[in-house]
Amino acid sequence: MLWADKYRPKDFSNLDYYKEQAANLKNLTKDGDFPHLLMYGPLGAGKKTRIMCILRELFGPGVERLKMEVMNFITPSNKKLEIMTINSSHHIEVNPSDVGIYDRVVVMDIIKNVAQSQQLNANATRDFKVIVLTDVDALTKDAQHALRRTMEKYISNCRIILCATSVSRVIPAIRSRCLCIRIPAPTEETIIEILQNTCKKEDLKLPSELAKRIAEVSNRNLRRALLICEACKVEQYPFTDNQKVPEPDWQVFIKKTADKILQNQSVETLSKVREDLYELLTNDIPSDIIFKTMLGELLKKCDASISARVVEEAARHEHRMAQGNKAIFHLESFVVKFMYIYQSMMQEMFAEF
Amino acid sequence: MEGFLKSGKLGENPEKTMIIMKSKTKKPKPVHWVEKYRPKTISDVVEQTEAVNVLEQCLTGADLPNLLFYGPPGSGKTSTILAAARQLFGDMYKDRILELNASDERGIQVIRDKVKNFSQLTASGVRPDGKPCPPFKIIILDEADSMTHAAQAALRRTIEKETKTTRFCLICNYISRIIEPLTSRCTKFRFKPLNEYLIIERLSFICDKEGVKCDDATLNALVETSNGDMRRAITCLQSCAKLNGPNRKITIESVLDVTGVVPNIWLFNFLKVCKKLNLSKLQCFIEKIMFEAYSGSQILDQLNEVIVNSDDFNDKQKAVIGAKLGEVSFRLLEGGSEFIHLLDLGTTVMKAYAIA
Ligand SMILES: Nc1ncnc2c1ncn2[C@@H]1O[C@H](COP(=O)(O)OP(=O)(O)OP(=O)(O)O)[C@@H](O)[C@H]1O
Ligand SMILES: Nc1ncnc2c1ncn2[C@@H]1O[C@H](COP(=O)(O)OP(=O)(O)O)[C@@H](O)[C@H]1O
Ligand SMILES: [Mg+2]
Ligand SMILES: [Mg+2]
Repeated sequence: MLWADKYRPKDFSNLDYYKEQAANLKNLTKDGDFPHLLMYGPLGAGKKTRIMCILRELFGPGVERLKMEVMNFITPSNKKLEIMTINSSHHIEVNPSDVGIYDRVVVMDIIKNVAQSQQLNANATRDFKVIVLTDVDALTKDAQHALRRTMEKYISNCRIILCATSVSRVIPAIRSRCLCIRIPAPTEETIIEILQNTCKKEDLKLPSELAKRIAEVSNRNLRRALLICEACKVEQYPFTDNQKVPEPDWQVFIKKTADKILQNQSVETLSKVREDLYELLTNDIPSDIIFKTMLGELLKKCDASISARVVEEAARHEHRMAQGNKAIFHLESFVVKFMYIYQSMMQEMFAEF
Repeated sequence: MEGFLKSGKLGENPEKTMIIMKSKTKKPKPVHWVEKYRPKTISDVVEQTEAVNVLEQCLTGADLPNLLFYGPPGSGKTSTILAAARQLFGDMYKDRILELNASDERGIQVIRDKVKNFSQLTASGVRPDGKPCPPFKIIILDEADSMTHAAQAALRRTIEKETKTTRFCLICNYISRIIEPLTSRCTKFRFKPLNEYLIIERLSFICDKEGVKCDDATLNALVETSNGDMRRAITCLQSCAKLNGPNRKITIESVLDVTGVVPNIWLFNFLKVCKKLNLSKLQCFIEKIMFEAYSGSQILDQLNEVIVNSDDFNDKQKAVIGAKLGEVSFRLLEGGSEFIHLLDLGTTVMKAYAIA
């Protein structure tokens, strides 16, 4: 098992940071008036960990007996859908965006099913079940609208915990129905501390300089830090202060793509870039992360005279990308625009000589 | 046997499950205050006087037009019509009301079948107990803004055909998503975001009833961030009351935490970083805000406030930034990446500083 999973704290008493918040969350679970929750924060900040702690606090260790189950749905247009769920006898977890634009059907059916099946177990500690919906910011507007009244109607025997990275993408009507809980990313110091603790549990000695460097490249993503640390161990043990810290593959890949764009602005480059972008997308790297990382790399080489314009164009294209469903078009059209702006700048610079 | 299993599991046998639940929960079940304090009669509804007046007249025997309620979340739309329906029909509530919301299938076919079937049943003007009641049924189409235009078009004819027996009440957040021929068939009521002092009044009332201690400054902080959304204010109140454990005293810190307010220092620093006209510093800073998980739309709201009241910018600069704020806020709502769009805003503020 990966360290990130092996050492995932299982209940509130083992949480290593934001202890005060943990105490608050624990208070929240005490009575039957537990509200719907919306947990939001960056990747690897510990949202999922906290959700599992809450569930455990609500229902006891039973929530750790997890089953994977495929559920079947039929859309109004008679299309058959399958979706993977993880459940215990007290909760069910799904990522509705796994079925793309049909997410509404999944959300509705699951809630209705759960809401209608009472907890028959007489010694059940709670008379409600919990539905955990992950990646809520990726839900279609349609699915979000469908949640609105349903969340109110079935609240007596069904609570919903929503998990999102960006709360701005959740419609106000849903935010209004939840208690919104912000989960900030752990600081680098916290990450270093947790890396040290984890290594201690594994009986390893982690030099502080190396821990620091891992924390730096982890982007304050705790899961990533743990993965990198584990990868370092495979690469070379005993650790040394200055051993190589691997960057995530996709990040290196995007850097190379950006280099191509900066080196030569031509049709040939564009077709190579297109291949790269396809490669990234087919490997499930989210398009907004590609966009952001790429922009960061490109801006490093931009003169102050054009950077504002580049950012403005990026924002315009990213917005369109978020609306449409063909990310590749918008990524590519941004690259074309960038090439044009960049080339004009270079020409002007040379003209001055 | 199979029927038993099935009904047991799906809870279609409510009596049975009721018994089990009753035997288990001796003490009264703690409930959500949002539901507990949902207006029971239309006179409980705070503000929204136009809609309440029309419904009150209907209670005294006047005819009811088709209604369209629109307005932001938590302003009382659903509560108002449900309370009115209860008062109008009493025990016959279930037979006279059809509630369809966005979670129900509402394609054209459903509109044709379900709505038609329901509205074709005649409705008498007396209740079983002999009291008079309006001789019509009400179909509530909650969250009508998420109906397809085709389904809305189908509804148009249905409304006309069934006026004898049925009144419609359409509810939505955004009236612009309802087609014109439908809006023109209804009497429109705008549900305004509730006034801050009215929400405070309601919250103090709830605090009293629930035995929660909360001083005025704290209530103010709670209400300020609710943007006129009563539901949000009540949810936050209850959560704050619980988060702090059993002593039931709400502190201003816990309120700020729960409402997601961005501490002002972040906003001032944002402007300070922009003023340095250094893009890579700005990128780092925005990255840092993102790690804190503050909501982009909340940042924009508060930033708007800061900039409008700032002496640091002249009117021309404020106009430039204001326009961008609007654009960014729209783009975020449509799903844009917070980092890129805040960066876009930042570069605009930088430009504004440069033209000074
Ligand atoms: N005008 C009001 N007077 C009293 N209570 C209100 C009012 N508006 C909202 N509330 C409170 O907020 C809760 C939610 O209100 P309601 O369900 O009517 O909102 P809504 O306008 O239908 O919102 P949405 O657009 O999100 O569906 C109610 O249970 C009630 O406690
Ligand atoms: N409080 C904590 N103490 C120690 N490790 C933690 C803590 N919170 C999270 N982690 C670790 O960080 C990893 C990422 O957390 P996770 O909850 O999956 O993040 P998210 O759901 O926000 O992406 C987990 O695998 C877990 O091992
Ligand atoms: Mg996660
Ligand atoms: Mg409503």
